[in-house]
Amino acid sequence: MKKLNYPFTQEAIRELKVGDMVLISGKMFTGRDAVHKYLHDGNKPPVDLKNQMIYHCGPVMLQDPKTKKYKVVAAGPTTSIREEPYQWEVMRDYGIVGVIGKGGMGQKTLDGCKKYGCVYFHAIGGAAQVLAERITSVDNVYLMELGSPEAMWELQVVDFPCVVTMDSHGGSLHAEVLEKSKGKFAELIK
Amino acid sequence: MDNTPDQSLVESLLELIRVTSSTLPADVKKVIKEAHAREKEGTNAKYAMQIINENIALAEKNSGPICQDTGTIIFNVYHPPGFNQGKFSLAAKQAVMNATSKGYLRQNSVDSLTGKNSGNNVGPGHPSLHFHEHEGNSLEVRLMLKGGGCENMGAQYSLPHTELSADRDIVGVRKVILDAVVKAQGKGCGPGILGVAIGGDRGDGYIESKVQLLRKLDDKNPNPVLDELEKDIVVASNKLAIGPMGFGGETTLLGCKIGVLNRLPASYFVSVSYMCWAFRRQGVVLNGASKISKWLY
Ligand code: SF4
Repeated sequence: MKKLNYPFTQEAIRELKVGDMVLISGKMFTGRDAVHKYLHDGNKPPVDLKNQMIYHCGPVMLQDPKTKKYKVVAAGPTTSIREEPYQWEVMRDYGIVGVIGKGGMGQKTLDGCKKYGCVYFHAIGGAAQVLAERITSVDNVYLMELGSPEAMWELQVVDFPCVVTMDSHGGSLHAEVLEKSKGKFAELIK
Repeated sequence: MDNTPDQSLVESLLELIRVTSSTLPADVKKVIKEAHAREKEGTNAKYAMQIINENIALAEKNSGPICQDTGTIIFNVYHPPGFNQGKFSLAAKQAVMNATSKGYLRQNSVDSLTGKNSGNNVGPGHPSLHFHEHEGNSLEVRLMLKGGGCENMGAQYSLPHTELSADRDIVGVRKVILDAVVKAQGKGCGPGILGVAIGGDRGDGYIESKVQLLRKLDDKNPNPVLDELEKDIVVASNKLAIGPMGFGGETTLLGCKIGVLNRLPASYFVSVSYMCWAFRRQGVVLNGASKISKWLY
């Protein structure tokens, strides 16, 4: 088990390899379809994303009516592949070093990870309760005009469990597993 | 028709929704524990199964949703002759609205054209209600919450399938089912459970594939050919080594249930529904006063 703590650095990211089990502590920003579209359309991100992480997640939040503080009800990962057309641009233009999601991403993102120094972390799909517990505070929200699940939430996490499935050296566990399973499939239906 | 829903029925259905969203049925928990034990120490697969198990326990303890995608709300109602389906639908919709405001269900129903969220999980087609008349006096309500990630991994094949050289026979059926498993990889939050229907038209095929998911995982298919195929699909899928979350590993499928419908001579469909590990299904028998008298899973 590896630990990755905020502030994140290019060096720490470059050390990670496919298959590493990592506990992430520190800051992350949620961003799903609407945020990626927003950035792709040429809008500047509301915060400096240099050396930050983007989490593909549309959380369920509750706001305390008195303190106005937000609390996470459920916050598991959403399917990442929908951001495939845009993700590499966010790496190139804004210097993110981590993408967290589920289901893996494609060649464009993998090339981007290598070129710009970024890693894809696979969270455990469906583990809403465990992941919500590891999110210790909600520190800010940006782009609320996109609607709550699509907004950019700034989260504080402790020991957020992930597996590196795409690294910054061209390695992809998804490609490996797919290749192997296809080979096995060919044998099984012979 | 009287437009006030039966409050006792609403309460019972609300409880059914709460339990379904927060607690996996015993047969599912059992196979998930077995899968956890089967994975090798120190692997990504073991890690994934461990977190999945922790999540199941935590959701139960907190009475919170196991997964934030509380899915399509699918009711299957088995009722005696002369049953008033309209009144039941009214109560089911009310229970769904109440469950949404209590946070048992996420606001998950969106107008397909405008993208607007109804905010209460009710709208055309939502919740999904299926009525079946049966012998006897009992009223049985079975509920399944089926998430979008796994639903997107469903597939329907029309045999013969040239690319896979799958003919209109059981060998061909096996090929296309395994193809669906390969295509899904870990994207439907595997390890998964398959519901399969052979035959029917395109619509009935998919509906039957979901009805198959209502069967207990440890039951036995009364048709020996299908029974053998179900077992074979699980063994063969696990050889694909796609593993939990698609990380690689020993467990790709936790179960497979296959049903058969007649077909037209001109068509031969195989419809596959993929269910994620967060297999939320429960059922109750309701008594004459619409109170829960028995849990079915
Ligand atoms: S596929 Fe299942 S476990 Fe995964 S996010 Fe959807 S509902 Fe949750």
